[in-house]
Amino acid sequence: MSDEGHTGRNEISRRDFIKVTTGIVGGVIGLAVGVPAIAYLLDPAFKSGAKEAWIPIGKFADMQIGQPYAFSFTRVQVNGWERTSTSHGGFVIRKSDNPTDTVIFNSRCTHLGCTVNWKADAQAFICPCHDGKFGINGKVLGGPPPRPLDQFTDFRVTQDGVLEIYYKES
Amino acid sequence: MWKNVYEWLDERLGLNDLYKNLLDRPEPKGNWWNTLGSAALFLFILQGVTGIFLTVYYTPSPDHAYDSINYIMNGVAFGWLIRGIHHWGATLMVVVVFIHMLRVFVTASFKYPRELTWLIGIGLFLVTLGMGFTGYLLPWNQQSYWATTVGTQIAGSVPFIGDFILKVLRGGSDLSALTLQRFFSAHIWMLPAALAGLIGVHLYLIIKHGESNFPSKED
Repeated sequence: MSDEGHTGRNEISRRDFIKVTTGIVGGVIGLAVGVPAIAYLLDPAFKSGAKEAWIPIGKFADMQIGQPYAFSFTRVQVNGWERTSTSHGGFVIRKSDNPTDTVIFNSRCTHLGCTVNWKADAQAFICPCHDGKFGINGKVLGGPPPRPLDQFTDFRVTQDGVLEIYYKES
Repeated sequence: MWKNVYEWLDERLGLNDLYKNLLDRPEPKGNWWNTLGSAALFLFILQGVTGIFLTVYYTPSPDHAYDSINYIMNGVAFGWLIRGIHHWGATLMVVVVFIHMLRVFVTASFKYPRELTWLIGIGLFLVTLGMGFTGYLLPWNQQSYWATTVGTQIAGSVPFIGDFILKVLRGGSDLSALTLQRFFSAHIWMLPAALAGLIGVHLYLIIKHGESNFPSKED
């Protein structure tokens, strides 16, 4: 305090220097912790759920014309440390040599969601739960289902000859 | 304009008095060893803030505790930093509190009229160790599981009431989901509340009595 007498006006006193230094160091520490902390809080909002993808079904050449080709796949949804996997399946029906002349049904029954099976002798998709019956064109032939089988409308054949469908979580 | 706002607030809150009494107190001749108490207070606040942030993602259940910490470390932006600060800050806090205590002892600052400050300081040290002990279990990995098994067994070796103490600590005779849950509760609610209350009294006493002078050669 005694040196205040002989310090010039432009010089900063020891007390003020400490105050300013404390403020700056404190601010730097606050920013160094504070900014990452905000990013840490907001992080989940910036993550993409990845709820859609191209899913390979099988070799297109293996699928015979007029014969339903059964396939299934599993989607895994990861939320933080929690993983939920859901199974999906369906049937590919080629109508002619033209690759675009193909119908892909979802094997989930439109009634209550059981998985339908192709019965060759009945020439129909039969649901084991309530005897729902669908024709090879997906139309309801009998039983409780309210509408035809759902379709995967987006599909493509890759250069390697693999049929892929575009899956989108609904 | 800001001056007017400040004056309006100061008239009602007494900011100038607060500043003078809390931050502009007269001190005995400066010594770096005298800053350890403030360092401990800073670490307590830092641990509190990072700890609160960790609870955003942490789950105190045997099924998810380990996975949730794994997620904090690898899946969340800056999760490694927040947990890193909390992890190393915990160790540092025990060290700083202990050296602070040592300094008070060596400079005989616990003498009249500061005996209560010292006694409360002992309480603060013990609760700090309790924070370390309860926090150690929360990652629920092999190391923390067996450390807590051993730690509670040591508490259980007390004559006559040891078995009872062990069951109280573990929430039953085995280390289980109940242990993890009660350690979590102690770690984020009970012990911090005790710490905050004791720190309040500790600081009040320091402000009331001022800091002790360093003992001179004659003392």
